[in-house]
Amino acid sequence: MTNGEFFIDYSRCIGCEACVQACGECDTHRGVSMIHLETIERRDSVQTAPQICMHCEDPICAQVCPADAIKKTPDGVVQSSLKPRCIGCSNCVMSCPFGVPKYQIDIDQMMKCDMCYDRTSVGKKPMCATVCPSGALTFTTMQDIQRTRQGVPVNEWRFGVEIVRTKVYVMVPKEVTRVDVDLVQIATTAAALPPDPYDVALMLES
Amino acid sequence: MNADVSQFAKAKGSDTVRATTWGLLATAALIGGIFIGSRGMRDFDPALVSYAGATLFAAFGLGYRFSMWLRRPPTRLYWYRGWQLFLTPGSFWKNLGHLFEIFLSNFVLQRFIERRSHMRWTAHWFLAWGCLMAGAITFPLSFGWIHFETGRSSQDIYRAFLFGIPVGQFPVHSVIAELAFNALDIAAVMVLIGVFSALWRRGRDHGAMAVQQFANDLMPLILLFAICVTGLFLTASTHLMNGLHYTFLSQLHAITVIITLVYLPFGKFFHVFQRPAQLGVDFYKRAGREGEQAVCIRCELPYGSRMQMDDLKRVQEALHIHYQLLDGTHYQDVCPKCRRRNLALMQDNMWKSTRIESERS
Repeated sequence: MTNGEFFIDYSRCIGCEACVQACGECDTHRGVSMIHLETIERRDSVQTAPQICMHCEDPICAQVCPADAIKKTPDGVVQSSLKPRCIGCSNCVMSCPFGVPKYQIDIDQMMKCDMCYDRTSVGKKPMCATVCPSGALTFTTMQDIQRTRQGVPVNEWRFGVEIVRTKVYVMVPKEVTRVDVDLVQIATTAAALPPDPYDVALMLES
Repeated sequence: MNADVSQFAKAKGSDTVRATTWGLLATAALIGGIFIGSRGMRDFDPALVSYAGATLFAAFGLGYRFSMWLRRPPTRLYWYRGWQLFLTPGSFWKNLGHLFEIFLSNFVLQRFIERRSHMRWTAHWFLAWGCLMAGAITFPLSFGWIHFETGRSSQDIYRAFLFGIPVGQFPVHSVIAELAFNALDIAAVMVLIGVFSALWRRGRDHGAMAVQQFANDLMPLILLFAICVTGLFLTASTHLMNGLHYTFLSQLHAITVIITLVYLPFGKFFHVFQRPAQLGVDFYKRAGREGEQAVCIRCELPYGSRMQMDDLKRVQEALHIHYQLLDGTHYQDVCPKCRRRNLALMQDNMWKSTRIESERS
């Protein structure tokens, strides 16, 4: 692996879906896109945000796996579940603080972003970071990101009282040293809204 | 009942002591099985003692590792839940029917692997059934559970005994005899088809090449290849070379089998014993679908089974994962989609706060 690090900056996402398409090109999960591209508040805003695996130092997905099927490589990349072991229970999907793992119902296996391990293990950039035009997903050196961005990269998170450290960094304002995650409630929930038969975006999402 | 489940998620006592005890119990059970099954060692073939000895070691290793595996809180909980749901009063026969259905689909036909890729399925199906066939012959033979004798009245008749009880006889020169005498060769050919298919895939699939490890992915194939080839050498020596180097070849074959048996509990082959957990999970998922659904506290949409979310909270507690949020809610009650959206909004809010503060100053 090169000395590059992965940096995510949700606020830069323009929702172009280049990352979604490129992700499926990766050899380790060929044809299946592992990245999540979320529309934040579907009917009120065009805001979108990508979510890749943050590759936790002590992955909660691996801790709650009953089959002991999720392993981390020596260079800190948390891999998709081991095919011979995964029993498709979805504990990892439901426990990941970042909502990353995907349960593939057709093959009864959990798959997730593995930072394009076929590429990053030989010094190349992950597919999503290669194609992202806005810098929401960036794979570069720490010096480079500090030189070119306003914020600072942080890789420590707090969910409730659970502290999670990740291999991937998020860009935050300079005074922030840790992301304390609280629930940001939304004004109107999807469940509360009246059904709109012409909401094409919602149809695509579902 | 829930209090009991919480207790079940937390293992008590020393892991090593318990696992060693289970390992020793498994070994003792197998020794007892060999002794009783071979009628007080009367039917035990001393020539196969090295195989039986290595199997005893494997039994200890499997008992030890299986116990260690069950000590993990999520594994313990699923193990308990799987049996609890399977043995639910009133649903037992329905569950037994469903078990047969998923056994046929997942174990016999291995359809879930076929959906991953045809080449992977070809390799796995031949490997699995070749190994199972060879094991079904070799283990009972080396334990003295089955043995063959020539007929008392005719040398042309072969008699088969199971636990010392005659179960059938067949002429030496017959199709059945050919199949019986060459069953291990057939199994070896099946395993070799699987080994070469697996190596073909692993040598061409860039994704597999990026993540495969020698000890975990290639070593098992090398071991199986060695067993098959040395086993086929024995047949070749007997039928084609007038028994040339038979003793050396039989010792070489025994060494490859013993190494594999010793490797069995600690390498990739352990998944053979882990995998049946998939059957229990199927009952768990079915019960989850039929039961109460958990509703996300943020978007108010259902996102999974209530039972699984409650069980996960117990598992997290046992693992010392603390997801309770400051406002009294629990992060486990937020659906994965909302978690992802929330992270983006969190970052958004941080920048907004910074901007407001800088404008004030």
